[in-house]
Amino acid sequence: MNIRYSSDRWLPKLVLSPTLAASLVFVYGFILITVALSFTESRLLPNWEWAGVERYAELFDNDRFWVSAKNLAIFGTLFIGISLVVGLVIAILLDQKIRGEGFLRAIYLYPMALSFIVTGNAWKWLLNPGLGLERIVQQWGWTSFTFDWLVNPDRAIYTVVIAGVWQSSGFAMALFLAGLRGVDSEIIKAAKVDGASLPTIYRRIIIPSLRPVFFSVTLILAHIAIKSFDLVMALTGGGPGTASDVPAIFMYQFSFTRGQLGVGAASAVMMLMTIVAVMVPLMYAEARSGRER
Amino acid sequence: MNRAGRFLLYAALVSTAFYALAPMWVMLSTSLKTLDEIREGSLIAAPHAPTIEPWLKAWGTACSGVRCEGLKPFFLNSLLMTIPAVLISTLVGALNGYALTHWRFRGSDFLFTALLVGCFIPFQVVLLPMARLLGAVGISDSVFGLIFVHVVYGLAFTTLFFRNYYIGVPGELVKAARVDGAGFFTIFQRILLPISGPIFMVCVIWQFTQIWNDFLFGVVFAGSDSQPVTVALNNLVRTSTGVKEYNVDMAAAIIAALPTLLVYIVAGKYFVRGLTAGAVKG
Repeated sequence: MNIRYSSDRWLPKLVLSPTLAASLVFVYGFILITVALSFTESRLLPNWEWAGVERYAELFDNDRFWVSAKNLAIFGTLFIGISLVVGLVIAILLDQKIRGEGFLRAIYLYPMALSFIVTGNAWKWLLNPGLGLERIVQQWGWTSFTFDWLVNPDRAIYTVVIAGVWQSSGFAMALFLAGLRGVDSEIIKAAKVDGASLPTIYRRIIIPSLRPVFFSVTLILAHIAIKSFDLVMALTGGGPGTASDVPAIFMYQFSFTRGQLGVGAASAVMMLMTIVAVMVPLMYAEARSGRER
Repeated sequence: MNRAGRFLLYAALVSTAFYALAPMWVMLSTSLKTLDEIREGSLIAAPHAPTIEPWLKAWGTACSGVRCEGLKPFFLNSLLMTIPAVLISTLVGALNGYALTHWRFRGSDFLFTALLVGCFIPFQVVLLPMARLLGAVGISDSVFGLIFVHVVYGLAFTTLFFRNYYIGVPGELVKAARVDGAGFFTIFQRILLPISGPIFMVCVIWQFTQIWNDFLFGVVFAGSDSQPVTVALNNLVRTSTGVKEYNVDMAAAIIAALPTLLVYIVAGKYFVRGLTAGAVKG
């Protein structure tokens, strides 16, 4: 009995210890190593000679880095904004006692099961200037129609938005729909008795009560946006030229194909900082509003 | 709502469904057309004379980089990588979740929070040290290396899933079993496991989708022989020897997507639950 009791004291900790060790080394430890690497002379190989902020100076002097940062800002804002709106609108439409709701929901959500590489290739084909959408519209009779965003340096990043929204708005829809189902129906009934119209009820009561859902969807989509790598690789490859570069591609190329470990590490640290900068205020705001409620 | 309103409502929903399905339809019909028909016909038209040649080529003979064996070897790599990684990370996550909820100790809540950070980091921030480590241990460029990486970075999610599920299991059940002399593993096996079916489904499906669809780890850590199918697909589409074969590209893309699509069709309910659980709690 005593022996069993003592094994029960250390067994749970023993079970957790590999995960704890993995987390300490491969998450926390590796983040520290990456940060350290970003302050060194490392080029093709790690070189632990201290370089101060030279790598960051190099990074901030690099036009390509700023192009990628600007693209992330454009992509992130539009991708999150449009996915939120589309997801919310579809969820509200689906919430009107629709026949075949389950079937429609399944159709809206299936893109989420695909790899971004597959999505990217599908849209690369759809947006192909010459054989894709452009030609369909021309075949329909609008012969002067052009749609060359995929190969237009000023427009390429917007094709990433198109494909990203297609893939992720069903996900936003699923979360909003779950949120809508959780709204107290008594309040809605009471508002109807008071003579409030359906749009008013949505605007004044239902949508404000979905606040926590807005928070989680925004958080997840921001996370997807900042990490986005595969979608851009498959769709535009960062091109034409470097016109649709994003930080994840910048980091990959400087670290693994251009032999600039220090600059690559510095850009990875900037990505981590971006996530922290987006997440912390969002979570803080949500925690505070949670307390007020 | 009046009839016109209902009609507009359904019209909007059905057109959205078409928008969601259109890319898949175009991929499928393109993959069954000959190149001539692609050049002359319409993008959205069904194939006149469906051919499975592009599928055979994508599976068996298309060139991905320097290898011209189609996606087949890489599809197998993906299976060899995904199945063990999913099973290991799920089992360890289940035990972690169990220990963190029913065997709490001082600091276990803090430990859980510390583990959660692994769900939030952009993986770019660990790529460089991991590449060195895998090289030093001699498992870079191998399927083993990929399994290892996917298990390590999947644990935060799997632990989260099980912890949030097991926290709803009444502690009295476990306490009563302990009074009766049952130990850590006996209780897990006899009490927790039998009621864990749904969360295992959610976790397995989530991990399977994540790992099968991964591109970043595959492209950074895999060698030319251990590439997962996503990396091979990307190479296949970029490898152009003469004529661009859009039909083969599309067939290859569908092949790479089939396993996760299949999982979605068969167990969509659990897939959605995983997405929402991961999102709301994560």
